Order: sequence, then structure tokens, then C-alpha cells
Amino acid sequence: MQLSRDQLVQAYRRMATIRAFEERLHEEIAKGEIAGFTHLYCGQEAVAVGVCEHLTDDDFIVSTHRGHGHCLAKGVDVKGMMQEIYGRSTGLCKGKGGSMHIADVDKGMLGANGIVGAGAPQAVGAALAAKMDGKGKVAIAFSGDGACNQGTTFEAMNMAVVTKAPCIFVFENNHYSEHTGPDYATATATDIAGRAEAFGMKAWRANGCDFFDSYDTMRELLDYVRAGNGPAAIEFDTERFYGHFEGDPQRYRGDGEIDRLRAERDCLVAFRRKVTEAKLLEHGDLDAVDEEALALIEAAVQEARAAPLPTAEMVLEDVYISY
Amino acid sequence: MAQKMMREAILDTIREEMRRDPTIMMLGEDIVGGMGTAGGPEAIGGIWSTSTGLYEEFGPNRIIDTPISESAIIGSAAGAALAGKRPIAELMFADFVGVCMDQIWNQIAKFRYMFGGKSKCPVTIRLVYGAGFNAAPQHSQAVYSMLTSMPGLKVVLPATPADAKGLLTQSIRDDDPVLFFEHKALYGIKGEVPDGDYVIPFGHARQVRSGEHVTIVTCGMMVSVAEKAADQLAQEGISCDLLDLRTTSPLDEEAILDSVEMTGRVVLVDESPPRCSVASDVAALIANKAFAALKAPPQMVTAPHSPVPFARELESAYIPSAPKVIDAVRKALAYR
Repeated sequence: MQLSRDQLVQAYRRMATIRAFEERLHEEIAKGEIAGFTHLYCGQEAVAVGVCEHLTDDDFIVSTHRGHGHCLAKGVDVKGMMQEIYGRSTGLCKGKGGSMHIADVDKGMLGANGIVGAGAPQAVGAALAAKMDGKGKVAIAFSGDGACNQGTTFEAMNMAVVTKAPCIFVFENNHYSEHTGPDYATATATDIAGRAEAFGMKAWRANGCDFFDSYDTMRELLDYVRAGNGPAAIEFDTERFYGHFEGDPQRYRGDGEIDRLRAERDCLVAFRRKVTEAKLLEHGDLDAVDEEALALIEAAVQEARAAPLPTAEMVLEDVYISY
Repeated sequence: MAQKMMREAILDTIREEMRRDPTIMMLGEDIVGGMGTAGGPEAIGGIWSTSTGLYEEFGPNRIIDTPISESAIIGSAAGAALAGKRPIAELMFADFVGVCMDQIWNQIAKFRYMFGGKSKCPVTIRLVYGAGFNAAPQHSQAVYSMLTSMPGLKVVLPATPADAKGLLTQSIRDDDPVLFFEHKALYGIKGEVPDGDYVIPFGHARQVRSGEHVTIVTCGMMVSVAEKAADQLAQEGISCDLLDLRTTSPLDEEAILDSVEMTGRVVLVDESPPRCSVASDVAALIANKAFAALKAPPQMVTAPHSPVPFARELESAYIPSAPKVIDAVRKALAYR
């Protein structure tokens, strides 16, 4: 199915916004402006956007420690996220969660997660809730090649099949589980989707550095799941442009690896090439979107810097609803 | 009022609440029982008989018989709660909490806080706990103390069928996550259970016996042990002010401190091991806030710092008993 001009611009805007958000965080973290652990999503934008462009606020996603891209793709507020990462009281989570715990339940974004593999069972639960409602909603568990080795992921896949939950297991294989390669850590390094198939699920595979392949494959998968066929899985072959966390010296990378990935596997570059060669959009259209994204992030950073800091009394707020 | 066993009170409460609120669902291992067998669904009806007939009435979308996957049970309860449902999850044995601790401790307990108060996670986790059945170290523990220490969770321990109804109703309706501990040995005990809507708010201890010489603070299964001790002591003219905490989180500090202010002597009875226990926690509270009233050091009657042993002789030596409580009361009284 051909995407309309508006849909193309929208998809590119989401990817460009994620890229600008993450590149800016990379700069600000290096300056010491932001506290804590931050895991950047640069390089994987085509996955989050290729998945989430098919979803509405009524569909659920459960994310990971590398969650900014999933949040932005699901429509979570850019400025609220930036203020959260800056640890401000006006942040999306009032400075209680930070980078690893951004959530916006109203948008169907049930939370990034600091525990690798913890989200998959939660997505099954959201899918069971969706099944109770019977309105064709789905729940998506984003996992990496690291999380695919957690028992929770296996439990979740089995339970989703057994309960016919409309749950989708999205495996983003960026070839690094933290600082370790899948050839060492993952028994089926070249085939994570096959694990889902072993649980009796239909699984797809797609190029996670190509928005169009991601998007089109996800449409096919979602049609299958929304039709009531139970869970499904997809493995995206994708790339991580930065380290596991900001500050990671990345001594595990090969010579020139990052330059090569940026030159050959950049999903924004690939998108631009495809749409301009096919004369669907002009370079100028995309440049304008890039500039808007940068301006939005600039405004988000300025507002986050100026936003109020939380105060000590807030420590005890929101532990319980009533106690 | 009707006479009911605690297990009946629990099943009836779940059924009534599920009829009242269509967002309630239940998940657990063998809560239907017999799925995928020649016997068929409901061949078992839940190994504790606390879910018998629910599958037939509410169907597979709301009564979810799960594989043996505790992390997936609790994790999916968490996800369903974030997605707007009100799940009841059963851990067939409270000891299995170790298998799914991340989902309880890092996930359910922290969602609302991490998400800046913009979510709720109204999960009730029912945990079947306690010693006395020769079930050995991995099927007998009283793990409520450990969980009481975790911010974000509420911990509930009914001691009677009536309290099981009132406290479970509150647990299910509560918008915070609740751990509801059901003692195996209490399932079969009978008591009067109020008809109709019956809710007991959390954080209010129950005065089981009123007395003036010694305060006894306890919870769960140990309430009946302490009752036995108090009744025996009453025959000697020693009166005990016996408090059943009902919930260890939140803790009814006021009731504890008021009683200790009056008696000046206190015995803490707890089925969990002594270190970082409800007993030691309440003893610290009293030392901090009622020091001047104390006429004797707080006495702790707890399980020992050991796993729960299997053999009958060993297990009965392990479990706090009425004679041990009586000894502790005498020690508290003897102190000058």
C-alpha cells in the first residue's frame, strides 16, 4: 500500500524527532548536564516508527531501558520527556523515573523499564485486557537481543500462545546485549524469531534500518493479530549507533564500525534516498522536517533547563494512592 | 450472618466482586484445573478450592488458568492493571514469590511512583502461606515480613473468615497493589461471616482480647496461637490486650502504641524468622515511640532463623506455639 504524502512526512518527522532528541542528549550528557544512566535509541528509529505508525492510543506498548524512541513514536510529549530526563518536577513523571521509566498510560505507553526482559509478561497482560474488551486492540512488547535470553520472555511467549493473547513480541536485534555480542550470548544468534516460532507463533523478519520494510512487514503482522489469530513475533535486524549507556567507552566495537554503520545503515538516510528517488518527497521537504525537529528539541532543552527542580517533600508523594 | 470456612468466604468474595465489577479478572496456576486433560476444565476447581465454579460462570477471558510461569502470572497481572483491569493473581504457594519477585518488587510496587503518580496498578496478589503441613522449606514460609518492607505494596493477613471477606473486598477494590496472605491452616476454620457488602479498611488493627497486663501484637495464623495463650493466662488472672494487625503495611501504629502505653509490657508473635521481621519492626517502633512507657523489654516470639523443616518434630519445634507465647508473657511480667 502506497503511503500518502502526509503519512510519509509524519513518519519521517517521528524518526527525525527521535534522532534529534537522542543526538542532543548525547551532547548534553557529555557536558554533565543530565544525571543518571541514559541509553540512546539512535540507529533504530525505523523500528519504533515502523511499528507505532500502525497503532492508536488504544493499543498498548511496553518498552525497554532504551525506550525514548518507543515513547516518541507512540506520541508521548517531547517536552515532558525532556523535562523528565532533566529530573524536573514538571517532567512527565515528576522526576521520579527519569530516562529508564518514562510512561504515559493515556497514550497506551505502559512504561519503559530498567529491568531487561521485564516488559514481555506485562505486554501479555495488556493483551489479555485487550482480549477481554474484544475491540481488536493489541499489545506490543519491545525487546532487544539481550531480553530474548531472559526467562520472562520465554514465559511470556508461552503464555501468550496458550491464552491466544493479541500480543506482539518485537525483537530489535541491534547485535549488542549491553557490551556483549549475540554470537557469544545468544544460542540462536542469527535467528531470534525462530525462538518465537518454536513456541508455536507465526514470526516475521524485517530490516530494522529500513522504514518501509519495517512498516510494511508490521502491517501484515498486525492484520494477522488483529484478526484474532493470537500472538505473533517479529525480529528486526537493526543497529545501535551509540554505546549501551552514555559514557560507555565501546571498546568492543570493531575498527571503523560506527562510521560504517552510519554510512551504510542509517534509516533516515535510507528513507531520504527512497522517497526522493521515487519523487514522493523533495530534499527540501525533508530538510524542513529536520529543521523543525531540531527546533523542537532546542525548545524542549531550553524549557527543561528553566523548569523547576523537585523538592524534598516530593520524595514521599505517589508511593501510594492512599495509605 | 452465615457460618463459613475461610476458603468459602474467599471464594464467595471473589465471585461477588467479579459479578459487581466486569473489569476484575483472575489468573493463576490450576485455578481452573484439569485444562487440557481427559477430566476437562474444573476437574480440580483450584487446589485450595478458592476458585471452584468461577470458570464456568465467568469464562476464559476473565478466569485465566496459566502455565506454571509465576513471572508471567504476576507480570501479566501488572500489565492488565496498567491497561485498566483489576486483576487478582494467585500464587499457589507464597514461597514462589521468589520466582516472580522482580514483577512484584521492581514493577508493580514502583509503577505509580516511577510514572509520577499518573498510573494505578490495582492488582491483588493472593499468596498461600504458612507452616504446619510438613510441606518442607519451599512450601511453608511466612514471607510477609520481607514484603512488608517494600514501599508501594500493601500487605494484608486475615485471621478469621469474616476478616477474609472484609479485607479481600477492600484489597480487590483498592487502587494500590495488595498482597493478600492466606494461611493454609486457616482455610478450614469456620466463623460467622457478615452478609452483603462488607469492607474492612486497611491500617486498623482488631482488638481480639482486651486486657491490662501485657500487650500481644500479632497477625495472620499467629492470632489463634496468641488467643490460646491469652485464654490460658486469663485463667490465672493475667489479662492480655491482644491485637491482630490485619495489615502489616499500612501498620496501625496508634493501636499498638496506645496499648503499650497502657500495659508497659509487650509480646510480639510472628510466624516469620526474627531478623527484619514484623516482630522486630514493631519492637523498634515501640522502642522509638513508647520507650518511657516500657516496664520490660519487648519480647519476640518468632520462628527461628532457619528454613522451615520438614519432619513433624522439627516443624512443630519451628512454629511459634501457645506455650512459647505464655513463656514470653511471663518473662515480660517478671521484669522489674
